[in-house]
Parts: sequence; structure tokens; C-alpha cells
Amino acid sequence: MRASLLPYWRLLRAGIREQSTYRLAALGGLVANATFGFLKVAVLFATVRAAGGDLNGYDLGAMSAYIWLSQGLLGSVNLHGRSDFAERIKDGSVAVDFLRPLDVQAASIVQEVGRSLWSLVPRGIPSVLIGGLVVGMTMPTSPGPYLLGAVSLLIGITIGAAVVYLVATAGFWMVETRGLQILYMVVSGFLAGLFVPIALFPGWLLVLAQATPFPSMMMYPIDILSGRVTGAAALGLTAAQLGWLAALGLAGHLLTRAGRHKLEVQGG
Amino acid sequence: MADLAPYRAVLASRIRSQRSYRANFRIDLISSFMVGLVELAEVWVLFHNVHSLGGFTFAQILLVFGLADVAFSLADLAFGHCDNLPTYIRAGKLDVFYLRPQPLLLQLITSDISLRRLARVLVGVVCVVAGLAVNDIAWSASTVLLLVVSLVSGFAIFSAMFVWAAGAQFFLINGAEMTNAFVYGGRYAATQPAAVWNRPLKVVFGFFFPMAFTGYLPTLEILGLPGPEWLPAWLAWCTPLAAVWAWAMAMLFWRIGVRHYQGGGG
Repeated sequence: MRASLLPYWRLLRAGIREQSTYRLAALGGLVANATFGFLKVAVLFATVRAAGGDLNGYDLGAMSAYIWLSQGLLGSVNLHGRSDFAERIKDGSVAVDFLRPLDVQAASIVQEVGRSLWSLVPRGIPSVLIGGLVVGMTMPTSPGPYLLGAVSLLIGITIGAAVVYLVATAGFWMVETRGLQILYMVVSGFLAGLFVPIALFPGWLLVLAQATPFPSMMMYPIDILSGRVTGAAALGLTAAQLGWLAALGLAGHLLTRAGRHKLEVQGG
Repeated sequence: MADLAPYRAVLASRIRSQRSYRANFRIDLISSFMVGLVELAEVWVLFHNVHSLGGFTFAQILLVFGLADVAFSLADLAFGHCDNLPTYIRAGKLDVFYLRPQPLLLQLITSDISLRRLARVLVGVVCVVAGLAVNDIAWSASTVLLLVVSLVSGFAIFSAMFVWAAGAQFFLINGAEMTNAFVYGGRYAATQPAAVWNRPLKVVFGFFFPMAFTGYLPTLEILGLPGPEWLPAWLAWCTPLAAVWAWAMAMLFWRIGVRHYQGGGG
């Protein structure tokens, strides 16, 4: 068991190392996070104030925590839908991946998770610090939410990689998957709670969002980290995340198997 | 007119090539429509919670959203492809453009026209029409003139943003995300009621990148509202000046960028 997991551990570390070399890109990402963050502060703070200081349980401090945590996760949770795996299917190098003594799905998800984890260092943590220092926010004072939040965040990042893997597998049947990728980008960001926390959605839209894996990628980890959801409810959210991860992993496994038989690589 | 023949030929071939992957083209159209719809939903969800935001009701913000979105979508259709410049630079593809007897910028623009983006314009158009219909507007010749002037200038402003971002890519390798913050962040800003901005945001997205001129200021003037500090309604008539300013900045960055470029790839 140990020996068979070792390659994935190495892939995870390779992903971290790969991402750590793009320093200027990370700085650019941080500028983007902060700029969008200040725009979100302007419009969402105005909304809280217009609602008389409390909007479905969000006061200014809680809203600020939501804004800067979500901005911080922007570089780590894959909400754009692009992946190396999609490129590898398109240019045919996936044929080589199938020859390796590794599970193709697990290998690409692990590598993606590695890159995402590194992004927390130059983009995630600084975004939260900028928000905390410049705007101020309310965060939990006990260690519990941070511990469970870290677990939930790791699951969320993995779910993101698993969903994007699913999007990429469409490439086994379609020549060009850019349209699908853009559709994913639009829908996932909105339903994951990137622009507006899903607690502010009207009832039917909230139900719709909860029926998708997207809130598990970003909203649930933020709810737990910011202490908005605690105790049994927080454990419930984590359980829901694990359920999604299992379902998505299985779907990806089945689609990979079906796609492998369908795969046609041209040229030589 | 013979000068334009090569561009027409190139554009026609781009359009044919996009329609050849039929399944993807259909999904492209749906995604593009969804982009517009979800962006509207982002605004709507806020107004679902509160009656008015920054002095605007949802009916009023529809007009801001519509004007800015039509201008942005059309600019994206024509100039959005400038986003691919970093890929071209890294792959050494840009050198090929230098060899052809056409201006670099024109080649870059015509290197792809994304038809799918038309579906998104539709959402903006519906919002403009709805915004004009549901609000109480004192119609006059100047209202019509202002609408036309702001749509044309808004298109020019967003187009300039794409060119500015492309110019900056020449010396910011891997910096696309930074410029995206202002191009796409600008679009997000343009659909907000600018009265909620603090002073630094007013400087950045009100004037330096003149986003407030694309939807917010014209809407103030059309609806006869006074406007907040630093952004009085009469500024709506200065929208063409904002477009000139945006293009001056875009061309400056583009020129510096093109001069700076030493060739890439091998």
C-alpha cells in the first residue's frame, strides 16, 4: 500500500514545486484578488448597510471575512475549468498517460491539488491579510473552526480538481471543449458563492446551488473557516463535501474507462 | 477598398472554422448567453435582498447593466482576442505577424472573431430595452443622442482596455492575471452603482479606467438623477472624452510594448 501511494505523493509535491516557480504570475494574481476584493467590499458593504446592518446573519465584519476568504481561495479552487488534462486529451499525449502504471484520474487530480495548495502561500494568505489589515473582519477566536476549516478547504480544493477532471473527460467525445469550459467557469463561480454568498440567494436558487457540488468547493469551507457555521452543522457540511467527492471520483472513474475505449489519437 | 480584401478573407475563414465544430459551437453559444445571464443574476441577487443600492432600484440598475454590458460584449467580440497575446509571445507565433505586410494590431484583432460572443450581446440589449421601458424617462432628442454617444464611447472605452492590456503583456510575461483584474474587474465595476465606491475606487474605476462613463453616468443623466460626490450627472456628456483618454493610454502602452518586443521562441 505504502509503495503504491508513493508516486502520488511525489506528484503532489511536483505540483507544488511547479506552481512555486511562477512568482510574477502569483503577484499578478494577488493584485487581481485585491482589486476584485475592494469592488466586492464596496457593493456588498452597501448592501449590508441598506439592509440595516444585518443581512441574513451577515454584518459588516462577517461580510468582510466572506469577501477576503473567497478572494484568497480564488487562486486555489479551480473555478475557471482549464486543466492540463484537457490539453493532454486534445493533443493526444493522454495516450502515453494510459501506458503509465498509475491511475490517470488520481494522478491528474493530485497534481492539480499540489498546484492549488501552493497558491495559498502567495495569493491566499496575503489576500486575507490585506482584507484584515485594510478593511477589518470578524474571525473566530477558538482553534476549532480553523482546524475543521483546513480539512474542509482541502476537500473543497480536491472537489474542484475532480469536477474539472470530469469537464476535461468530455474531450474524449468532443474535439473542442472550450465552450464547456466557459460554461463551467460561469456557472461554478456563481453557484460556489464567489460573487455573492449563497445564503443571500432566493430560496429556489439556494436549493439549486445546494444540489450541485459547487458550494462544496468554496462556500462551505468559507462558512466553516469564518465561524458562520459551527458544531454539528459544520460537521454536516464536511460530510456533504465527502459525499460529493466520492460521487465525483466514481463518475470520473467511469468516464475515464468509457473514454479510454473511445479515444482516437491522430497523427504519429 | 481593395486594401480590406485580405481582412475580409481572413475573417470569413475564422467564421467558417468556428462553425465547423458544430457541437462545440452550439455549447459556445449557450455558454456565452449564460455568461450574460449569470452576470445579470449577480446584480439581481443583491437587489433581491434590498430595495435600493447606491440610490438605485433594480429597474434603474438594469439600464446601467445593459449599457455597460452591450458595450463590453461588442468590444469583447472585436478586441477580446487580444487576450491571447501572451500565448502568441511565448510560442513565438507573434514573429510571424511581424513578417506580414499588415499592421500588427489589426492582425491580432482579426486573428479571431468569436461569433459565440454575439449571444451575450443579446442579454445586454434586452436589459437596455427593458431599462428604457420600465423607467420614467423624459424622452427628448438629447436622450437619444446620449444613448448613442454612450454606447459608441462605451464600446471604444472597453476596446481600449483590451488593447491596453495586450500592450502591457509585452513586458509583463505571465502577468495576464494582473491586467485581467482591470479589464474584467472593470466590466464588473461598470455594472455597479458607482455611488457605493469609496474615493480610491472612484479614482481607479471612475476616471483612470473610465468605467463609470460606460453605464452609470449616462443612466444618471437619462433618468435625471443628480449623482454622488465626484460623479455628477453632467459628466455623462464627457463620455467621448473618456474614450479618447482610454485610447491614448492604450496606444501609448501598445507602442511601448511593440518597441520593447525582442522576439520570442526560436
